[in-house]
Amino acid sequence: MTLNCKHVWAQVSDYIDGTVTPETKEAIERHLANCRYCSAVLDSTRNILVLVGDERTFEVPVGFGERLHNRLQSLMDPPGSGA
Amino acid sequence: MKSAEEKDAKRSALVAETNSREASLIARILDGERELFHELIRPYERGLYVAAYSIVQHEADAEDVAQESVIKAYKCLKSFRGEARFSTWLMAITLNEARNRWRKNKGDQLDFLSDCDESAGDYTPSVLADWRYIPSEEVDRQELRTALRGAIAKLSPEQREVLILRDVRGMSIAETASATGVNEGLVKVRLFRARISMQKLLAPQLMPKQRGIMGWLTRKAGGQ
Repeated sequence: MTLNCKHVWAQVSDYIDGTVTPETKEAIERHLANCRYCSAVLDSTRNILVLVGDERTFEVPVGFGERLHNRLQSLMDPPGSGA
Repeated sequence: MKSAEEKDAKRSALVAETNSREASLIARILDGERELFHELIRPYERGLYVAAYSIVQHEADAEDVAQESVIKAYKCLKSFRGEARFSTWLMAITLNEARNRWRKNKGDQLDFLSDCDESAGDYTPSVLADWRYIPSEEVDRQELRTALRGAIAKLSPEQREVLILRDVRGMSIAETASATGVNEGLVKVRLFRARISMQKLLAPQLMPKQRGIMGWLTRKAGGQ
């Protein structure tokens, strides 16, 4: 199997997830070994996803957890329950 | 480095252990130990906020959606049958709440899950001659976080959902499909488009020859 750049781009997401067939994986890796452009596409995509997945990328508002559990607690202890 | 099989086995064992612990907690909560619900949801509360934010794109609304979702899950816990993982069930409730809020805010009559975005768009990556690795520590930089969040905001709501569940929350394709209510094939299509769009939006902005974040990183690396 021989892949061109467009074929490789179309498979980048599945390749990152490891869901391509062994035959496709081998063909992609053969192409990557000789194509700096597709290697850069794969490296940049993978690196950007690592950065997106970093928990510091999304900050949760200060006090979020406390307000959530307080609201939940007030539901568990309705007014007049003595809690 | 561990093999993919080893990682999968470790993940499966962790999932089984979590499922068992949660099933026991749920049984006790339903039996009257209501306070344990705090413990049950604690590992997921951050993820619920992030998923809600990914859809509504507004901090106060995302917090409200997360709270409403947790309350709904508490009230409906009896209906949880254990067919999906608890975390997936909880996430599905949150996504529904977030979609409803988003519709209400937008006054949009379109069905959120209409596939109007599925055929449109150019999903060609940004073609670069090379890529300079950006270390995770750089996420401490507000500028980089803003760029990442800005790129996510430009995705369609459907693409944002799958990207957040898969690449931020680390859910599997099957769990993502279950939480979003679409089939695995559509999850993969949306994921592909979301990831390529992120690369296209961010790669040129983060490259060393450009001014801005990557220029700063380059200067820092060079000790300037």
